[in-house]
Amino acid sequence: MTDLNTSPAAQQKAADYVKAHAAIGNEQILTRLQELFGADTFSDVEEQYGLLTATVAREKIHEIIDVLHGEEQLQLNFLTTMCGVHWPENEGKELSVVYQLHSLVNNIRLRLKIFFPIQDPVVPTLTDVYATANWMEREAYDFFGIIFTGHPNLIRILNVEDMDYHPMRKEYPLEDGTREDKTDLFFGR
Amino acid sequence: MATNDALTATGHIHHEAAQQQRGVMVTKTEDFGQDLTTLNLGPTHPATHGIFQNILQMDGEKIISGVPTIGYIHRAFEKIAERRPFYQITPLTDRMNYCSSPINNMGWHMTVEKLLGIEVPKRAQYIRVIMMELARIADHLVCNGILGVDTGAFSGFLYLFEERENIYEIYEEVCGSRLTTNMGRVGGMERDLSPVALEKLRTWLKRFPAVMREFQNLFDRNRIFMDRTINVGPISAERALNYGFTGPNLRAAGVDYDVRVMNPYSSYQDFDFEIPVGTNGDTYDRYLVRNEEIWQSLRIINQALENLPEGPYHADAPHYYLPPKQEVYRNMEALIYHFKIIMGEIDAPAGEVYHSVEGGNGELGFYLISDGGRTPYRLHFRRPCYIYYQAYPEMVVGSTLSDAIITLSSMNVIAGELDA
Repeated sequence: MTDLNTSPAAQQKAADYVKAHAAIGNEQILTRLQELFGADTFSDVEEQYGLLTATVAREKIHEIIDVLHGEEQLQLNFLTTMCGVHWPENEGKELSVVYQLHSLVNNIRLRLKIFFPIQDPVVPTLTDVYATANWMEREAYDFFGIIFTGHPNLIRILNVEDMDYHPMRKEYPLEDGTREDKTDLFFGR
Repeated sequence: MATNDALTATGHIHHEAAQQQRGVMVTKTEDFGQDLTTLNLGPTHPATHGIFQNILQMDGEKIISGVPTIGYIHRAFEKIAERRPFYQITPLTDRMNYCSSPINNMGWHMTVEKLLGIEVPKRAQYIRVIMMELARIADHLVCNGILGVDTGAFSGFLYLFEERENIYEIYEEVCGSRLTTNMGRVGGMERDLSPVALEKLRTWLKRFPAVMREFQNLFDRNRIFMDRTINVGPISAERALNYGFTGPNLRAAGVDYDVRVMNPYSSYQDFDFEIPVGTNGDTYDRYLVRNEEIWQSLRIINQALENLPEGPYHADAPHYYLPPKQEVYRNMEALIYHFKIIMGEIDAPAGEVYHSVEGGNGELGFYLISDGGRTPYRLHFRRPCYIYYQAYPEMVVGSTLSDAIITLSSMNVIAGELDA
């Protein structure tokens, strides 16, 4: 019988798996990162299912990823993915970009997050470090309206050009809010 | 294309008008001091195998620049997923890389299992491996078969598609559907491998190697095929990594990154197989890598079938795994669980999970943020096609139009995965 609150056990299981496969432990990665960029650069450091996750200031994100790209010890030089997230309740930090780096040599992963206000959604581009950031950033712009300064071609990618909003933001619900046929006393949404 | 009558002024205009009528624009660029043609390749063109557009600047037969436009079949899966309970997201993953849906399905199931901490029994893991490797073979068969068609050889395609059809019949026995399979459940498989499915699988395993060898005999050392593909659309390992390539396209460039080996999931560590790599990252290498991967997949399937463990085919996770239908009719507990799962009323723990599997085209990742509710707070798909297709202009600039076509088909860009 599975307990509903399985998260801590699941977290532990995933962490054990990562430990067994990675060449460098998460503590060592963090130590090295703090050595390179200073101890107070990384906040909210946590292990989410074995994956080292940290929040950094958006002004520093370009420098960090750029330095890590050429760094010899960790070799975090593969940008696996990157995406925007919208947290409307998180005042002053409504928008977020999540970067995920991978070292194909050491098999370690690192997730970096930046948060910034929705009124000022400006982030430095990574296209000068990673060619692959080009479309990833266009996607984040398209769906969340995040402006990447220095991007060579920041236009919509999956949606039509003349769309005037950014549809993945939480204020656009999937269904029409005025619909009443789905309101149900027992199984209401 | 400059004909004699185009030399006169009137003739030239006439020529231009005719070109425009056919969707070809003639522009003059001072940089080159000659006529450049803007060729609109796609969005619906038989040679692009999917709906995406490339606006190519051509100097005669040579490509000067290319601008891809994508999004023609964008269906907002990431947005839709934010309103769906976990098991209802599986059909969305079917429609990403529809040439190998079982891999997508199981990648998603494994992501949710990781979030919930469900341990899947060995038998289910092995069945999953068999289905995923069948899917990989089907995916590679499509890619290499079509590559043959684009180089002007139709017969290889016919041989291979017959075998793909047989793979689909095995899918049909296992899950009831063929293309968009929705195979398996969170926690395991929805049913055990039936005797008919096993029989079909064994027959196919006996039959397929001969067909594959025949196909390779037709192509591997075929003079025309080699002339058409060697050094066509090459990419260096360094550029490929910078572009975020994964899967066969990266391995063709010489990097032996395979998720199955580096971060084994679903018991891949139990199997003995090799990762084929190429050297040039050109079309011919991509073709060879895919062929060899088919053989390696066959090895894995044979091992999995031989060592298929006994035991349950799903985990004991009543909150997430649907109870058997007979129980639902007789047993109140089962009815409650059935109802709760179907209505999606079961909350998942909060957390952030990234799980990736080796899809047909590379690392297929699922980045799931759960806020403790019944649906994901945010779900991001790392689609390998989307990421490597942006290298396409760089790979074809300087080559001819016919080379651009076969580069595209050897990259195996699947529109469903590209646009999600």
